Amino acid sequence: MGMDRREFLRLAGLTCIGIGVGGAQLFVRARIASSEFAPTDERLNAERWAMVIDLRKFRTEEDYQRVIDACHRIHNVPKMPDPEDEIKWIWTEDFEHSFPGQMNPYVPPEIEEKPILLLCNHCTNAPCTRVCPTKATFKRPDGITAQDYHRCIGCRFCMAGCPYGARSFNWRDPKKFVKDPNPEYPMRGPGVVEKCTFCVERLEKGKRPACVEKSNGAMLFGDLNDPNSEVRRYLAEHFSIRRKPELGTQPAVFYIIGGEDHV
Amino acid sequence: MYDGGKIITGIVIFLLFALFPIYSNFGKTYKPPKPDLNTPEIQKMEVKKCVEPKEYMRAEHMKLLVDWRDAALREGKRTYINSRGESYFISLQNTCMRCHSDKKKFCDECHKHAGVSPYCWDCHFAK
Repeated sequence: MGMDRREFLRLAGLTCIGIGVGGAQLFVRARIASSEFAPTDERLNAERWAMVIDLRKFRTEEDYQRVIDACHRIHNVPKMPDPEDEIKWIWTEDFEHSFPGQMNPYVPPEIEEKPILLLCNHCTNAPCTRVCPTKATFKRPDGITAQDYHRCIGCRFCMAGCPYGARSFNWRDPKKFVKDPNPEYPMRGPGVVEKCTFCVERLEKGKRPACVEKSNGAMLFGDLNDPNSEVRRYLAEHFSIRRKPELGTQPAVFYIIGGEDHV
Repeated sequence: MYDGGKIITGIVIFLLFALFPIYSNFGKTYKPPKPDLNTPEIQKMEVKKCVEPKEYMRAEHMKLLVDWRDAALREGKRTYINSRGESYFISLQNTCMRCHSDKKKFCDECHKHAGVSPYCWDCHFAK
């Protein structure tokens, strides 16, 4: 079958158009592939985030509640009616149960009875991240122990692994128990474990954690690897303790309890 | 043929079941889903454009969202620089849903049509 000149030109033209359209499509794909991810410009950066809590500055019930409410409100932490379903990111406990290794019968009553403010310790050797079968909880390079609810399968190994009771499991749908949710921050679904995040979402916007901001200077936040940071300068001047240091988890939350009397 | 009656009845019943969807939909006009972009935030935009071209978003938005999730959560990278070189803050709730604020008329429209039920909004607020 022969092909005349006109037919040949027509086919050649159509082929060129086809190649052009296909190529453009490839170009679009390639351009999308060229998109990039970067940290936000205003992000606060550190090699190792840490917190200092000066409990001497917490005097009234209100001092604790203000800090706890600030956290639980912005993170949509539900208030469960049944204490067995309790979800907590930051909470209080008595001295004996916070620092079992430090307890003795002669601890002064004002310390024995003082509520201790507790939260996730963001341990350097975090046992929770070692036992998590899906890597839903993991260490970030800046020392924060993060929790990825998308991956969490609700096995609760991390809760068994955490020696500080910092993790809570959503036995029920938490949405029903948050009265006035913060629309900027997501909820959690039933069946996942949640905990304090050291406010990663705020650090990305250049803000310090909510509890620190609301503590009126009783809580400090900074880079443990920077000798000039707020936390390092404070730790150099005051004697601090950490929860259950004998376990070797290297907690990143330091407590200043008292004992500043000079002889 | 042994058991001819049973076999033929079986085939007839099978054909009835297999062809029922074709029969029940025959002659009906196909209604494509019409996602609605009419939200105040989109109306305010001078040039109405999403983070990536429309065609790409239509076909690949689920992949983009998964990439966003992993970059933000696992790598701590919350800025997306798109193919046009523009930067966007990575957040389903605070970036996507800010413009696409009518979930029922935008997201659900196609998801229902395609019979998929993504669980994004179990946790993320749709505004």
